[in-house]
Amino acid sequence: MTVLTIAALTLREASRRRVLLALTVLTVVLIALSGWGFSRVAAESGGSALTSGEARLTASILLNLVMFGFSLIAALGTAFLAGPTLAGETESGIALAVLARPIRRSAFLLGKWLGLVAFGSGFVVLAGLAQCLVVRATVDYWPPQPVAALALLAAQTTVLLTLAVLLSTAISPMASGVVAVGLFCTTWVAGVVGGIGASLGNDAVARVGTVSRMLLPTDGLWRGAMNAFQDPTALAVFGGSDGEAFPFLSAAPLTLTYLAWAAVWVALVWAVAAAAFVRKDL
Amino acid sequence: MTAPSAVGNDAQREAARLVAGLPQAPAVWCSGLRKRYGRQQAVEDVSLQVDRGDVVGLLGPNGAGKTSVIKMLLGLVRPDAGEVMLLGRPAGDPAARARVGYLPELFRYQPWLSAAEVLALHVRLSGIDVPASEQRECLALLGLAERTGDRVGGFSKGMQQRLGLAVALVAEPELVVLDEPTSALDPLGRVDVRDIVLALKSRGVAVLLNSHLIGEVERVCDRVVILDRGRVAASGTLTELLGQRELRLHLTGLSAAAEARLAATGAVTRAGDWFTVALPADDHGTAVPDLVRDLAALGARVHAVEPARITLEERLLGILRAGADARAEAGR
Repeated sequence: MTVLTIAALTLREASRRRVLLALTVLTVVLIALSGWGFSRVAAESGGSALTSGEARLTASILLNLVMFGFSLIAALGTAFLAGPTLAGETESGIALAVLARPIRRSAFLLGKWLGLVAFGSGFVVLAGLAQCLVVRATVDYWPPQPVAALALLAAQTTVLLTLAVLLSTAISPMASGVVAVGLFCTTWVAGVVGGIGASLGNDAVARVGTVSRMLLPTDGLWRGAMNAFQDPTALAVFGGSDGEAFPFLSAAPLTLTYLAWAAVWVALVWAVAAAAFVRKDL
Repeated sequence: MTAPSAVGNDAQREAARLVAGLPQAPAVWCSGLRKRYGRQQAVEDVSLQVDRGDVVGLLGPNGAGKTSVIKMLLGLVRPDAGEVMLLGRPAGDPAARARVGYLPELFRYQPWLSAAEVLALHVRLSGIDVPASEQRECLALLGLAERTGDRVGGFSKGMQQRLGLAVALVAEPELVVLDEPTSALDPLGRVDVRDIVLALKSRGVAVLLNSHLIGEVERVCDRVVILDRGRVAASGTLTELLGQRELRLHLTGLSAAAEARLAATGAVTRAGDWFTVALPADDHGTAVPDLVRDLAALGARVHAVEPARITLEERLLGILRAGADARAEAGR
């Protein structure tokens, strides 16, 4: 009951703060720009300058590129929402009156987290779906596994905001947002570096990506999402293993083990956040 | 489950009768509270009790640990040591706070909600069913009837503090904890708060009031706890704390015998022809007429006799200064 009340409150906060307006504007701009871009691609390839395989490759890469934009917007949005809603409320004193009510702090934290998950996942799923429809309308490309892809994008957002929740139990609202987004970008870069290492056959460099994907599963889940968005033949068109070095194509789908690890990671980080929040002096 | 036997029913009724006959647990009971922030010992061995229906004032200088004690009572700060019971339940159990209303010293409410929504949120979190009409009445009581639909973000500090009071009062509390409830209020608002506290008291609601406005505390509180440097420096009813009554006399033609008679009553201080005499604590109304009669008989000319009583402010300052002197003495 408390959990749902707090989750609903968090959603209402997200909808009433400017963050929703900012997200909507950014999303609409991105969808409009990508729609224009895809229509240009269609116009260019209309004169059979591109083979159908090349066209699908281009569509896959562009779709992954735009989706990366959305996941970045979602990362920024949720990380900067998680900070104010938790660290901000404890700093400003809003949490004092709320937590003096007969509620458990862990229930309060779970409510906040659920609200943020619903908001972040809702955003990436809606924006991602809109983007898929734009791509279908402009270049007639439909991803092979759209449901899995959007679910993985939502999972990636969940991982990042769980990290932001943990950070916001310890550091200031703005700092927690900055650190969460910083780590998100670092892991992505580490993933790209690892991909280059793999394509060059350098195990040591390839391990950078593997380790970073274990430490923060955002990049791993993102690669799974890309794999589900892209055309299965795209990688072969791109040139087999060289595709691994390219940041907007993914060589392999996710394993169940990795998905399980991502779930365990979220549970562990949430538990640490709850333990820290329960002990916090307000 | 089998139906309870007649014997079981009787036993239950007997148990219920016994429990009903027990005195209610105090609204607040805490013992041996300690809290250290880094190298600063904020609270050291604080024990206090607020009985049902009592209004207890918490007084002390800045940094005495008043807000820390309040936050420990409400589970907002974890004590390093000590026990807390709220309304008969251990404070570690969130349910202990179901009937507790709290106005924090740092009062801020969700700026993106309206005043009515803030109240509805707190009612939902308290788990107590309060009809919307009562919630509106609560806002009206605090002078917010016209602003129920307005976003809290646009409220002045005084309005937010009024909203905070409404939040503390809305969920039918049995204990209300007010931490500096008038810090942002104008004189009219302060009178409102005084009336509210007195109304709570008349309904049997216990109130723990932390305020710098000693006059306010003196007017509404039954008991006072004075904190100094994280310790209880003094506590008791107002009569106990201010029990020392004094008498001011304007006297001339005072003989040595009359002076001795004066000194026999209590400690005397003199400023010109004005004498201030401390009256004995066990006086039953005879000390003053007897003294005046004897002084007149001993040839003193009595121009004026005025009863005097030390104020809570004087008593508080006396206790704090005595504490400072004792520390200076110990440090020497």
